[in-house]
Amino acid sequence: MGILEVKDVNKRFGGLQALGNVNLSVAENTCHAIIGPNGAGKSTLLNCLVGKLIPDTGSVMFDGQSVLGRTPFEINQMGISRVFQTPEIFGDLTVMENMLIPCFARRDGSFALHGIRSVLSEGELRDQAEQMLDEVNMLDKRNMHSASMSRGDKRRLEMAMCLVQNPKLLLLDEPTAGMARADTNNTIDLLKEIKEKRDITIAIIEHDMHVVFSLADRITVLAQGTPLVEDTPENIKGHPKVKEAYLGEAA
Amino acid sequence: MFGLDKKDASLLLIVAALVAFAPFLLNPFPEGSAMAQFNAGYPDLMQRFVIFGIFAIGFNILFGLTGYLSFGHAAFLGVGSYAAVWMFKLLSMNVIPAIVLAVATAGVFALIIGYVSLRRSGIYFSILTLAFAQMSFALAYSVLTPITGGETGLQLALDDPRIFGSATTADGNIPVPGFFGLEMRDSAELVFGSWVFTFNVGYYFAAIIMLASFYLSIRIFRSPFGMMLRAVKSNQQRLNYTGLNPRPYTLAAFVISGMYAGLAGGLMASMDPLAGAERMFWTASGEVVLMTILGGVGTLIGPVLGAGLIKYMENIISKINSDILHSWFAFLPDGLEDLIVALIYPFIGKGWHLTLGIVFMLVVIFLPGGLVQGGQKIAAMFGRKKAEKTENATTEPAE
Repeated sequence: MGILEVKDVNKRFGGLQALGNVNLSVAENTCHAIIGPNGAGKSTLLNCLVGKLIPDTGSVMFDGQSVLGRTPFEINQMGISRVFQTPEIFGDLTVMENMLIPCFARRDGSFALHGIRSVLSEGELRDQAEQMLDEVNMLDKRNMHSASMSRGDKRRLEMAMCLVQNPKLLLLDEPTAGMARADTNNTIDLLKEIKEKRDITIAIIEHDMHVVFSLADRITVLAQGTPLVEDTPENIKGHPKVKEAYLGEAA
Repeated sequence: MFGLDKKDASLLLIVAALVAFAPFLLNPFPEGSAMAQFNAGYPDLMQRFVIFGIFAIGFNILFGLTGYLSFGHAAFLGVGSYAAVWMFKLLSMNVIPAIVLAVATAGVFALIIGYVSLRRSGIYFSILTLAFAQMSFALAYSVLTPITGGETGLQLALDDPRIFGSATTADGNIPVPGFFGLEMRDSAELVFGSWVFTFNVGYYFAAIIMLASFYLSIRIFRSPFGMMLRAVKSNQQRLNYTGLNPRPYTLAAFVISGMYAGLAGGLMASMDPLAGAERMFWTASGEVVLMTILGGVGTLIGPVLGAGLIKYMENIISKINSDILHSWFAFLPDGLEDLIVALIYPFIGKGWHLTLGIVFMLVVIFLPGGLVQGGQKIAAMFGRKKAEKTENATTEPAE
C-alpha cells in the first residue's frame, strides 16, 4: 500500500473525459513523477488530490483516509502541501511573514484567534521559519517584501513555505516552469537534498525531462486522461509507447 | 512598553497627548476674533471626533486588513445606539451597562450579518452588507417602531422604569447619562485672556475609551491574527492550501469591527441619550468608508485622522455662510467682493459636501495611501533635506 492511492478516478468536463479510470499508487518516501503531453489530465489529477476538484467516480486515499469531499485546508492539515505552477505566495507580506503563516497553521490548526500577543513574541516559530529560510538560502531576504522578488526566489519561498510544514506528501506542479537553466538546477539540487534529509513523499508534474530523470524514482505517463505506463525512469526512457506518445515530440 | 515595540508605543503616546490636550489644540483662536469660528474645541465636536475615530478604527480592522469592503457598518452603530438608550430607559443612567450592551448587541448582529455576507467576496459582499444595513434602517424606521421609536427616534421619558436609578431627578427632569456621579455633559471652563478652553467629562470619557480601542487595534495589527487577516487580503488561495480556513478569520474580523461600531454607537447615545434610524442610513456607512480611505487604509492612525478631518469639515465649513464671506472680503471693491463670494459660496454651508468631494478626489488621486502617505512624504522631504545638510556639513571643511 502506498501513502497515496488513487483508484478508478474519472472526471468529465462536459463532453471531455479529462480523467478516465486513473489508478495510481505512490509509495512512501519516493519521488513519483507524472508526465504526459499537454491536455493529458495531469493538472486535473493534481486538483483532485488537493480538494479543488471532486472526481465523478473513484476514490483517493491518503495515509489510509479518503480526501474526497474535504476542503483544501483540511487536506493540507492531513499532511499534503502543494506548490503551484505559478508561485502562490502572500505578495503583500514580507518573506518572514510568509514563512510564519504555515508555521502557525501547523501548530494551531486551521483557525486560532491570537489577537493580542505579538508575532514578535513567537520565538520558537520564528526560529523554525529562519532555519527553513537558511536551508533554502534566503535568510538574508527575510525582511524583503515578497512581491518584489524574482520568480525563482518566489518559487523557492513557496517551496520553503510548504516544507516548513513538514508535509508527508509534497505535490509539485511544474516547479521549474519558466525558470532559467541555473535556477532549474538549483531547484533540482534543493529537491534532492530534501529527499535525502527528510521522510517525505514527492509527487511531481513536470515537462522538463532533465528534472524528471534526475529526481524521480517512478514515473507514470498519462495520455488523454489515462495512465499509459508506470515504471522506473530507466525503463520509461526506452519504452516504445512512451516515445510515441510523448518523448517522440522531443526526439 | 505595553507589549508594543518602540515605534507603536510612541505613536500611541503621541495620540494620547493629542487627545489629552485637544481642548487647547483645537481652540487656537481667541474668543470673539474673526477666526474663532474655526475653533473646534467645543465638547460636542470633540466628542464626535473621538467617537467617529473609534468607528473608523474598527472599520479599518475589517477593510484595512482583510480588504473586505463593508458598506453597511452604520447598522451596527445604530444597533449600539438603540441598545444603549434602552439600557438608560430600563436600568439606570450609568453609561457602563449601556456601553456593554451596545457592544454585545452589535457583536451579535455582526455575527449574523457577517455569517451570511461573508459567503461572498468583493462587490457582492459589499452589496450584501449594504442590503442588510438598509433593511435594518427600514425596519427601525417603520415596523419596529415599538422598539426603535420609528420616525421620531428613541428618546428617554419621565415614566421610564430605570430600576437601578431614579426615574426623575429631584426637580422633576429626566436624568442625564453619567459615570458613577460624573455627568457626561459637565464641563469645566478655563479662561485664559481672551481664550476659553472647555474640558468636558463626556469628551474625556470617550477619549479614554478611544485610546483603549486604539491600543487594542495596534495589538490586533501586530498579532498572528492580524497577520492572517493581511494574508486573507493578499492571497486566499495560498491561505487555503496552507491549511488555514479564511472564513472564521474574516468573520472574526467582521464581528470585531462590528463591535467597535457598536461601541461608537453606545458612546454617541451616552453623550446625547437619543437614537434615530438615520444613524443606520447608507450615507452613514459611506461616511466611514470615506474616513478610512481619506486617512489611509490599513494604517494605524489613518482612520482617526480621516474621521477628524471629515467631522471638522462637516461642522466648521458648513457653519460658514454668505454673511461671513462678505465680512471676510469686505476690504475688496464691491463688484469684486460679490464675485469672490459667489465663487466660494457653493463650497461652504450646505455645500460642504462639495468641498469634501474635491478633497477626497485629490487625496485618492495624489495620495492613494491617504493622509498618512502625505505625512510620510513630507517627513521624507524633510529627512532628505536634513541628510543633504549633514552631507554638506561634512564636505565643507574639506574645501
